[in-house]
Amino acid sequence: MIDTNLVVGICLLLPVLGAILVLILGSRPNVRETATLLIGVLTFWHVWGLLDPLREGARPRLELLEIVPGVQLAFEVEPLGLLFALVASFLWIVTTLYAIGYMRGHHEKNQTRFFFFFAIAIAGAMGVAFSANLFTLFAFYEILTLCTFPLVTHHQTDEARKAGRVYLGILLTTSVAFQLLAIIWTWQLADTVDFTEGGILAGTASNGVLSAILVLFVFGVGKAAVMPFHRWLPAAMVAPTPVSALLHAVAVVKAGVFTVLKVAVYVFGIDLLGTLAATTWLAWVAAATIILASLVAFQKDNLKARLAYSTISQLSYIVLGALLANESGVIGGGMHIAMHAFGKITLFFAAGAVLVVTHEKDISRMHGLGRTMPITFGAFFVGSLSIIGLPPAGGSWSKWFLGMGTLEAGQVGLLAVLMLSSLLGLYYLLEVPVKAFFFRPLDDAHRGKGIKEAPLPSLIAIGITASATVGFFFWPDLWHELMTMVVSGVGQ
Amino acid sequence: MTALGLFNYWAVIFLMMVGFYTLIARGNLVKKIIGLNIFQTSVFILYITMGKITGGTAPIFVEGGEDVIYSNPIPHVLILTAIVVGVATSAVGLSLVIRIKEAFGTIEEDEIQDESL
Amino acid sequence: MTDHLPVLLVVVPLVAAPIAALLNHPRLSWAVAVAATLWALYAALELLSQTMAAGAIHYELGGWAAPYGIEYVVDPLNAWVVVIVTLIGALVAPYARVSVEREITEDRIPLFYAAFILCLTGLLGIAVTGDVFNVFVFLEISSLSAYALIALGSDRRALTASFQYLIMGSVGATFIVIGIGLMYVMTGTLNMADLADRLPEVSGTRTIPVAFTFLTVGITLKLALFPLHLWLPNAYTYAPSAVTAFIASTATKVAVYLLLRFFFTIFGATFSFDVMQLDRILMPLALIAIVAMSLVAIYQENVKRLLAYSSVAQIGYMVLGISFASVLGLTAGILHLFNHALIKGALFMSMGCVMYRVGSVRLERMHGLGRAMPWTMAAFVVGGLSLIGVPLTVGFISKWYLVQAALEQGMWPVAGVVLLGSLLALMYVWKVVEVAYFREADPELEISEAPLSLLAPTWVLVLGNLYFGINASDSVDIATRAAEMLLGALS
Repeated sequence: MIDTNLVVGICLLLPVLGAILVLILGSRPNVRETATLLIGVLTFWHVWGLLDPLREGARPRLELLEIVPGVQLAFEVEPLGLLFALVASFLWIVTTLYAIGYMRGHHEKNQTRFFFFFAIAIAGAMGVAFSANLFTLFAFYEILTLCTFPLVTHHQTDEARKAGRVYLGILLTTSVAFQLLAIIWTWQLADTVDFTEGGILAGTASNGVLSAILVLFVFGVGKAAVMPFHRWLPAAMVAPTPVSALLHAVAVVKAGVFTVLKVAVYVFGIDLLGTLAATTWLAWVAAATIILASLVAFQKDNLKARLAYSTISQLSYIVLGALLANESGVIGGGMHIAMHAFGKITLFFAAGAVLVVTHEKDISRMHGLGRTMPITFGAFFVGSLSIIGLPPAGGSWSKWFLGMGTLEAGQVGLLAVLMLSSLLGLYYLLEVPVKAFFFRPLDDAHRGKGIKEAPLPSLIAIGITASATVGFFFWPDLWHELMTMVVSGVGQ
Repeated sequence: MTALGLFNYWAVIFLMMVGFYTLIARGNLVKKIIGLNIFQTSVFILYITMGKITGGTAPIFVEGGEDVIYSNPIPHVLILTAIVVGVATSAVGLSLVIRIKEAFGTIEEDEIQDESL
Repeated sequence: MTDHLPVLLVVVPLVAAPIAALLNHPRLSWAVAVAATLWALYAALELLSQTMAAGAIHYELGGWAAPYGIEYVVDPLNAWVVVIVTLIGALVAPYARVSVEREITEDRIPLFYAAFILCLTGLLGIAVTGDVFNVFVFLEISSLSAYALIALGSDRRALTASFQYLIMGSVGATFIVIGIGLMYVMTGTLNMADLADRLPEVSGTRTIPVAFTFLTVGITLKLALFPLHLWLPNAYTYAPSAVTAFIASTATKVAVYLLLRFFFTIFGATFSFDVMQLDRILMPLALIAIVAMSLVAIYQENVKRLLAYSSVAQIGYMVLGISFASVLGLTAGILHLFNHALIKGALFMSMGCVMYRVGSVRLERMHGLGRAMPWTMAAFVVGGLSLIGVPLTVGFISKWYLVQAALEQGMWPVAGVVLLGSLLALMYVWKVVEVAYFREADPELEISEAPLSLLAPTWVLVLGNLYFGINASDSVDIATRAAEMLLGALS
């Protein structure tokens, strides 16, 4: 039996090991992909192994070294982090499976570099999930930004270069200018940057100063894509689809909202958060992002762009959940990390499958495609339901708790926003499968009759995430249990 | 002390300004070096002056001369070092001017700038 | 022998320099240079460990007791500076062999090494001496050899750059002599500790503020604080690559050390900051340097010039830290001395590799280098990230302390400017990265990776950037000790 504290280190090192294996085995794609898959399974297995100790109340901790006096590079597993790690590591396996089919089907170049940085990005996400203090979190947050840059600009075209500028520009600007300032300010006030149950900032400064720090945090976590710092996410869509799927529906963006949640719960503490002047109007900024991003998504004909704006909108649900400053809000926000991840990755997988098979990117050219790709568009339908929050898909649970949270906070207006956004989602997401299944195929499309689905590995991946999405409607217990542990710790 | 008593210091300031002005205002590189030399010379005089003590004699110890006032020799020794450094600076500067003349064919600053473009 | 380390640190290179010149053989002179720098590094590390363990070392030159004789004093601050200088020297010397063969004609190579060792001697001398006039002498030794080194650049504009530096540098040095002279008139001593004792009695006179002013202008000219930086960009751009790497990481650092020594040890923080209100001059200039020079760097097409302007901006960071006159601020400034030496050393060395293979460091010649020279450009990327201040690199540690120092005094706009500087750094670093990785290389040019003897020293510095960014406890500890010592000197 390995010490659980060491398991934390193993979870972080395995993806790095995977990256190194990818480099070594670069010339033999089959072995390379098998190794990635194997490492992915091992990583997930180890993360899963942390669940039981956590239920027993343990908090596995790994302290590496002291970077500057008082600030350590340290990791500690708590329920919220484990939730994020579980989602990221599981979806890494699935995405690798998908990527095998996609990258070959699409004849992408530089696949070794692709899989290398992919694995490093997962290591970064793990580091974010398990970080024990703001400094460690910030370090891995930036690593995640930097190692996804080569993935976003994978095609190395002029378009990719411009998108890369926006991507890096916004993410680094916000994190360095706002987030780092907020972290150092926190350090100055609280003399610690460790995540502590109940928060560390209470009573250290005036309401105004703490409000300012909260504002710096919310906008400083650019990965949470709260408007006006959302432009990087649509820009990142120039990347190959597996990148958009895992990183820009799961790892990177969830690292953002995860940071917001973590800061809300473990730095400010829910009680303090509720008293701050800035909390309410930041919640309305998130609400505005929800609506505005949905409206933009409406107008996008490019499927990936539409999904990107949908993601922006959904991320703000989680930010909103954190800012409601009550238990239901936090539970809903945390559960939405998992629910949205499974739903949105299904949608991206489907979009990528369509691209590989038919080379179509625009929704208006997908008429009738449902007849040739029924599984893909069926999965898209299920994923959409989850994002909108309709049964029988997992998303309905997180939306339920978020709605409860708005009521507990006495913000009926925010509940109305959630409702309105769901209605908008109903239209802009379901438009795709409706057009695919019920519209007459385009004439100019010289497409073969009969079933022509994506490569088998990709199809399996789509199937897994789609069924998980449905499964979480019936068995949401795991996510709910973890989030309850988060808030019950707070309530002590 | 009268203004005249500070004559040396007035000379120092005058030379310093002349040297500084030449160094800044002249485009000819050799004249710049000359300006630098005048500028440094003013500092030499400053040091030499500060070593002089009114009524003091040369700092050579004589038997039984305990109550003789000597001038302070240290500034003079110091400035000897500075003079050597000044000579070395001029040497490096002038050799650079020669190389510049070889490379650019002129030692006028504005013409060199035109050449460099 | 360890008793005599403070003087041997300086004397060994001083003797090695003429030997290198007399041997007059490229390889042999090089070997002498490597040996001298390695010795200096050993001596420096030994001195640092001694001072950290047992406090300041006082060494009386020739046995003449201070304050009449010349005294060498090694305390945590200058031991630290000496380690920085010798470390860079010991890495540049092996690096220089291949780089210099490409950029300097063969008959001048022995002289190059002689000048290189002399420059090192001068810088070390400035750092260890406890006598202000001795400072001037060593300053001129290092400056004169630096003029010669810069003039060796293959571009003819190196000559004018060197001349410009010579004029401005000599004016700066002369200002320092004037300041020293005026202090001597009032106190009758040249020993730093003795000066610190005697200055308070006479600080009310008109002479001492004048001396202070001359010294301020002279030293800030030497450390290239905006707007006295005009000599620097050309000098860095046209000097041979090895020289740029050496001077950029050492010469200005030693000048910053002088600033600390004069204003904190000799004049004392109370006089410098409460009476003379030095911070009112230094802080605005530092802030302007950070913003304006970073902006200028963004528009450069020559990467060495780009990095030179970046250096001026980075000097702004150090001076900003000093201008807080608090323990945190000084710690940040002293940390950045070391960190910036690692950063700029790595960056200029990687540009030396490019110079070696491509023959130019202009952006239009660097298309596609990310593929042709992967290790060189990877070194540049890591160095660049460190310059920006990404976590787990040394640049981040500096920013961490600098922002803390600003917030401690409630100056959050200043903290904002520091972070803004990081973003501007991102812009100019990324400009190079994009050219190297996103532009197609000219297929007719066959460019291969730089030789190992260039890459190895470069990567030592790159790894140093990471190591001291992850495990900064030691460097922070030394910097804090030095900062406390400087501020404790007044009480």
